[in-house]
Amino acid sequence: MARLINRQPDRLGRWILALLPFVLLLVLYLLSSEARLAVNPNDKLLPSFPTIFDAIVKMAFEPNRRTGEYLLWADTLSSLRLLLLGVGISALMGLTVGLLNGGIPLIRIPCSPVVTALSLIPPMAILPILFIVFGLGDLAKVMLIVIGICPILIRDLQLKTLSLPEEQLIKAQTLGASTSQILLRMMLPQVLPRLIEAIRLTLGSAWLFLIAAEAIAATEGLGYRIFLVRRYLDMSIILPYVVWITLLAFAMDWILKVTSRKAFPWYFGRNGEAQG
Amino acid sequence: MKKSSFSSSFRKWLCVGLLPVFLFGSVPAFAKEKFKVAWTIYAGWMPWDYAAQSGIIKKWADKYGIDIDVVQVNDYVESINQYTAGGFDGCVMTNMDALTIPAAGGVDSTALIVGDYSNGNDGIVLKGKSSLKDIKGQPVNLVQLSVSHYLLARALETQGMSEKDVKVVNTSDADIVSAYTTKDVTAAVTWNPLLSEILKQPDSHLVFDSSKIPGEIIDLMVVKTDKLKAHPELGKALTGAWYEIMSEMSGSDAKAKEARTAMAKASGTDLAGYDQQLKATNMFYQPANAVLFTTDPHLKLTMQMVAEFSMQHGLLGDNAPSAESIGVETPSGIYGDKNNVKLRFDPSYMQMAADGKL
Repeated sequence: MARLINRQPDRLGRWILALLPFVLLLVLYLLSSEARLAVNPNDKLLPSFPTIFDAIVKMAFEPNRRTGEYLLWADTLSSLRLLLLGVGISALMGLTVGLLNGGIPLIRIPCSPVVTALSLIPPMAILPILFIVFGLGDLAKVMLIVIGICPILIRDLQLKTLSLPEEQLIKAQTLGASTSQILLRMMLPQVLPRLIEAIRLTLGSAWLFLIAAEAIAATEGLGYRIFLVRRYLDMSIILPYVVWITLLAFAMDWILKVTSRKAFPWYFGRNGEAQG
Repeated sequence: MKKSSFSSSFRKWLCVGLLPVFLFGSVPAFAKEKFKVAWTIYAGWMPWDYAAQSGIIKKWADKYGIDIDVVQVNDYVESINQYTAGGFDGCVMTNMDALTIPAAGGVDSTALIVGDYSNGNDGIVLKGKSSLKDIKGQPVNLVQLSVSHYLLARALETQGMSEKDVKVVNTSDADIVSAYTTKDVTAAVTWNPLLSEILKQPDSHLVFDSSKIPGEIIDLMVVKTDKLKAHPELGKALTGAWYEIMSEMSGSDAKAKEARTAMAKASGTDLAGYDQQLKATNMFYQPANAVLFTTDPHLKLTMQMVAEFSMQHGLLGDNAPSAESIGVETPSGIYGDKNNVKLRFDPSYMQMAADGKL
């Protein structure tokens, strides 16, 4: 049919259409930047592409004059380490507590309301308390990420565990499975892909918490650098850093997606779940 | 039939709707020129709040036939960034930030009013140690690349040390007081009112403060040079209002106390607390003193030190070839590139105030 809803672009057309908005954004930036630079060649707000390129080269491939470090890589390593620590701890706790909450009513009844209440506290609001309890170092940053995303992971996995069909539970028991066998052999494999999905969805928040923590007290990190050069409005560093953070986040999301697809093909085959 | 009646009524309403646009749309052409200046909380800048609240700024703006909007911005750096990006015609800032943000960003700026210099308002605090020498090897929490950083560099210099001897930890000014209460923080550099908060904590020692480098951390009202050239009345109105407040708030009569109490309240303290902060601020209550300070050849030397510090820390931008790449004009001569003057200390408006010509 020639109706609009039935028109599908071919493979090439798909790529072109997908890239078009990005190209338009770039052109828009280029035009605005040129207009501002025409008025003031030293304008810092919308630097030209060569300026940005020079800044990237300087940050990534030339050792810093004062510290001798390659700043972009040092910042990336520092941020990724904290982020992976925070997300890793959260995932482990989320999986354990979520599974136990979902599987065992005697654990769920005392724990679930507390987790719900904790998950409702905005982590940024308790930042000053976090500092006093955990200090200003890496621990506070990791804890902020954990406090920020762990309750969400727990709640999500608890819901997923609870949503497993009743029939499976009964079947497993008739076949003689113990509690630990049911938890580890029946429930765990079924909630694992859901854990990866939940991590993918909370990664954005994890980055947010990390960068917020780095803005407050830090000596290195991607967020630290952005807030530092903001002091003298150096957009030629801020913009590439933002793009870099986006790329890293995209890569992590993609790796999780591919891992999940390879490890749990059955999860993706069934009823269109998790097609994201 | 129905359609045409709709379109005619549509047209009618469109005309009625557009009428005010035509009537008032052309009004701004005859309206008074409008200017926006920004200020942030600091002992030496609270008079700007008073200027807006008491109506003094309006009085002076009316006198010169212009409108001046005095806007408080919550975040200091953000206010300067906004000024640099074009959101404001004027903004309060220190001499160092004036050089590294708008001037380095190619925005030609004029220091219209030299309001004060820090004379103890910025300081270095050590926990449990009472000598500046003991700072060696410690992590030092401060707002990096700010005047605190500059103060630290100058202090280390006096001990024959350099930044390599300490570990600088960037800490936002909003959190530095609560950060100081944790055991990780053993040394901090900050400014008032945060400094006095920190000094209240047990076993804290002020080991160095800006009174040991008097006149180097200067607080200014900075305006765009081209705006000032095109509208000298902006400079006159701002300067006139400023020195009216200066004469009103200095002294010890009831009116002065009332003015200072208002400023104290707006900065979150009381009269006693604010007077305490003013003691560490060398306010130029008399325009003649500000002119004297600005015309003193020492200002050029100060700006040279600030420019060299900024260059060392990359504050002038990565493509800045040297500390001298940005010209700073002072009454005693230009420091740096004469063909690229972006920061000008212009005492002429303060001189007018001193001569009573505003």
